[in-house]
Amino acid sequence: MHELGIVTYVAKSVSKIADENDIQKIAEVTLQIGEVSGIVGEYLIDCWNYFRKNYTVLTDATLQYETLSAVTYCEECGKEYETVQYGRICPNCGSEKTYLLTGNECMIKELKICEVSFT
Amino acid sequence: MSDLKIIEVKKSVFADNNEDAGLLRDQLKQENTFLLNLMSSPGSGKTTTLLALADKLKKIKWGVMEADIDGAVDAETVINAGIPSVQIHTGGMCHLDADMTRQGLREFGQKDLELIILENVGNLVCPAEFDTGAVKNMTILSVPEGHDKPLKYPLMYEKCHLLVINKIDVMEYFDFNKEKVVEYAKKRNPDIDIIFISAKTGEGVDELADWILKNVKEWCE
Repeated sequence: MHELGIVTYVAKSVSKIADENDIQKIAEVTLQIGEVSGIVGEYLIDCWNYFRKNYTVLTDATLQYETLSAVTYCEECGKEYETVQYGRICPNCGSEKTYLLTGNECMIKELKICEVSFT
Repeated sequence: MSDLKIIEVKKSVFADNNEDAGLLRDQLKQENTFLLNLMSSPGSGKTTTLLALADKLKKIKWGVMEADIDGAVDAETVINAGIPSVQIHTGGMCHLDADMTRQGLREFGQKDLELIILENVGNLVCPAEFDTGAVKNMTILSVPEGHDKPLKYPLMYEKCHLLVINKIDVMEYFDFNKEKVVEYAKKRNPDIDIIFISAKTGEGVDELADWILKNVKEWCE
């Protein structure tokens, strides 16, 4: 259900962009999803395949996603480390004063559109 | 023949909703209405807490918007207690967003209320991701759910201004550690206020009512 909610926003956003740019058909939508965003890419695609039928401009559009790796910054020692492997506690100095730099994203990266030309 | 063209978007999926939520907050400020978004897992006692507040919030005009996937039991319960209420259905969605909240407010049609409490869908994940346009967020954690919830659902506790620990009357039957829950919640959000209550016995409900009244006053001044 979580992923379905997100898909509705992607569809709304993309169809708005299509409207503004006078695009009739979108072929592909690419998202960028952070490693620790809690979003499951495979579920997102299932939800997309169900939901895209609601928008004429999206009926043929496939959904792709790229995963952005999660990096945490330690305020104590100033080093960065991999979030998935070490969590909230800095592996370099043991501090808990850390925050996520990247990895929580859910972005629409780009759209591929079919341009019909008669030349 | 057809060619493929690429359009770069680079935009957060939540951007439109966040913008919309900001507009709704501006509108609420103009209308002098404090919207409080109440979130929790199902069965933590959201509706019972609202009923316990009925007597304590008599000095102000307030109402409740109930959001559920289906059914109207919560709104009926609250109306029977004499509190104006409207039921919104999320159409299968696990959360409310700013636009659904705006539609709910329109349907409610009560412009003279100083406080509207939005009882969000029972869920600790999705409602935390979508800004409803509320002025403040609160969450209820009930004792039987365990003191480790802030570790498992960090975003919920990061987004909330107030954490209410409910069902403290049954604390002795559960391995619930009061100190730990405060430690874990503060770790996620150092600014979070924490109030312990039992909606059933009424313990701590005065303190909760005072927190709400203070925030309403600050917003509506």
